[in-house]
Amino acid sequence: MIVEGGHFAMILALALAIVQSVVPFWGARRNDLALMGVGVSAAVGQFAFVALAFAALAAAHMTSDFSVLNVAENSHSAMPMIYKFSGVWGNHEGSMLLWSLILATFGALVAVTGRALPARLRADALSVQGLIGAAFLAFILATSNPFERLVPSPFEGRDLNPILQDLGLAIHPPLLYLGYVGFSIVFSFAAAALIEGRIDAAWARFVRPFALIAWCFLTLGIAMGSYWAYYTLGWGGFWFWDPVENASLMPWLAGTAFLHSVAVMEKRDALKVWTIFLAILAFSFSLLGTFLVRSGVLTSVHAFASDPRRGVFILGILAFFIAGSLALFAWRAPMLKQGGLFAPISREGALVLNNLLLTTACASVFFGTLYPLALEQVTGAKITVGAPFFNMTCGVLLLTLTFLTPFGFSLAWKRGDLLGVAQRLAFALLAGLIVVVMLIAFVHGGPVLAPIAAGLAIFIMLGTLSEVFSRVRRGGAKLSALFSRARGLPLSFWGGAVAHFGVGVLLLGLAATGFGQEVIATLHVGSPLHVGPYEVALDSVNTRGGPNYQETVAHITVRENGALVTTIEPARRQFAARQMATTQAGIATLNLGQLYISIADPTPDGSIPARMYWKPLVTLIWLGAICMALGGAVSLTDRRLRFGAPSRARAGAAAMVAS
Amino acid sequence: MKALRLALFALLIAIPAAFAVQPDEVMSDPALEARARSLSSELRCLVCQNQSIDDSDASLAKDIRVLIRERIAKGESNEAVRDFLVSRYGDFILLKPPFKLETLLLWLSAPLTLLLGGFAIWRATRRVATATPALSADEERRLAEIARAGEGS
Repeated sequence: MIVEGGHFAMILALALAIVQSVVPFWGARRNDLALMGVGVSAAVGQFAFVALAFAALAAAHMTSDFSVLNVAENSHSAMPMIYKFSGVWGNHEGSMLLWSLILATFGALVAVTGRALPARLRADALSVQGLIGAAFLAFILATSNPFERLVPSPFEGRDLNPILQDLGLAIHPPLLYLGYVGFSIVFSFAAAALIEGRIDAAWARFVRPFALIAWCFLTLGIAMGSYWAYYTLGWGGFWFWDPVENASLMPWLAGTAFLHSVAVMEKRDALKVWTIFLAILAFSFSLLGTFLVRSGVLTSVHAFASDPRRGVFILGILAFFIAGSLALFAWRAPMLKQGGLFAPISREGALVLNNLLLTTACASVFFGTLYPLALEQVTGAKITVGAPFFNMTCGVLLLTLTFLTPFGFSLAWKRGDLLGVAQRLAFALLAGLIVVVMLIAFVHGGPVLAPIAAGLAIFIMLGTLSEVFSRVRRGGAKLSALFSRARGLPLSFWGGAVAHFGVGVLLLGLAATGFGQEVIATLHVGSPLHVGPYEVALDSVNTRGGPNYQETVAHITVRENGALVTTIEPARRQFAARQMATTQAGIATLNLGQLYISIADPTPDGSIPARMYWKPLVTLIWLGAICMALGGAVSLTDRRLRFGAPSRARAGAAAMVAS
Repeated sequence: MKALRLALFALLIAIPAAFAVQPDEVMSDPALEARARSLSSELRCLVCQNQSIDDSDASLAKDIRVLIRERIAKGESNEAVRDFLVSRYGDFILLKPPFKLETLLLWLSAPLTLLLGGFAIWRATRRVATATPALSADEERRLAEIARAGEGS
């Protein structure tokens, strides 16, 4: 009953989404406030029904109702409850339902918080949001119904893919989807602005928090995915330039560019057309990512779907929204009024350069990911585009951007003084250079890029700090003055500072991978080995049972100069239901670095082939990403950006209605 | 002190972080092994998703790793081994696509985007500059008159 209820709720949600896409749009054209108001109720209603459908599927999964095909194929009664729940989105149908739920949540959020907005803008935006919702709900109902029954129902489920039975991967998709789908709001508002033919700072003030939320979650989602790959794939790599990773990196790059250009628009009323274009681009890449992952066009862990009907349907959605929005852009963008002049050497100019580098990086990832597919279609030739290509294009562009970031962050709006900025950054620049020279002098034969990246990391961290310091110092040198000056700085400035500092932290972690140590050896009981500064000894190997698996565990002690530091227990897990094994790397975090041990199956004599790594400062990679997301969150708390709060937005809204 | 020692240690280790090979495959000569490692990190595991054979657990990847080491042990150069593998499996096995007619657009994509973007920005700034022309001599004179009149009143 609950399951059929869920199915029915989804059909109702689709009907409401269609209402939401048609009625407010029509109302906006006729200037009818009542019709425009329908959009608000429809958005809230759509959210309620999608939430009901999601709850119904979750209930089926958590009670192990194997009469539902989706549960029977992706769950097992012996699984821990947390994985029964995360199994809801650990499959194609359920993950699309989660996608729709998040989409509807954002739509309802706009409906509820957008009172300060001009009525027509909100109506148009809700209508576009409704259209996206309708497309995806129709997709689920037509090709990927999660509520399909299975007759006769089996006694036991086929288990969730063991790779997905992991805490990291349980929260990775929701984080990523919050990011992907968050950009839909930005997209809807861009389309609405194009339909209206006007756009101003109030638009930017309303859209920016949504873009920030999306960006923070996307940052965390990507970081989470990378950490998962790091500890689960067993050789210590954390970024593979896999098409699925690239699919999440592209909206991130476009979204990062958008956040920077929308700041220019909000402060200086410039770059409007470009900002709109980036808004379209960011969500288009989210859709492209969904297509790449969900259509099965790429075969990897992520592509559980291999039904061609699905691919064609998503391709249709993709083509409709991207082509539609770009056509709308080509038609209406020339009508948007440009404003806000600035000199090339200024904060605005620096942000234009930032956007150029970010979009070029994004384009290089785009071409690198899709070129092999296109080439095979056209000529039949199969090529591979892997890490070396992306490091040479995207990597170099992003390193260049990192070098320029402190300069842009320190430049004044409108007309900046590059010489003054260079003087202020001299200390940071010098410190970065010293690090590069020191590393090159001490280290021979390591990767060339590592010392340069380390120097850049030091430069961006110190450069950001020196800008913070120089702003705080303007209030006088007294401690109380410093403190009140620091509190007086806008939170969006602090957010930017924290995020840029995070970039430096991340880069330092990346650079440090060049200075790690790797030992590939067979571990015998009683003969310790040196890995980095530590002594690693195998104590014993035994087998133990988990809820739905058996694992072989190696008990390893780590000593430094004879003193016990910690113990590590890497394992191999054997899942009976799917006849699959997974590797659980043993990781000990020591002074921001990690000792990483991953084992193969033990040999008959009881010894174990192992890959052991000492990775200094490696945790900084993810701490840096968290720091970046934190910066976004700090920026989000800026008073100017609170939902519905700013009175200036109301004044702008009144002006828009009056005109 | 401990942190400093660690930092120094990190500075002294010269081996780049590299990847996964089974202990029984490793060649006894470290120089030859290093060559095998650098070569295998450029080659794709044909049955995996964008993983190099150096990182892969697949048995095909292991076979190719072993094949590379056999050929290197026989004294072949890295180029010869790579050419042999390309002749057998095609360009597909190279993680870094070769620069040729088919991949021209791929390799030029980033530089072209950068150039086109730079050109577009240059044009946009020029357009802004011409859209706001400087005052003509006549306008300058009138402005000065107005300013004088304003001061007088």
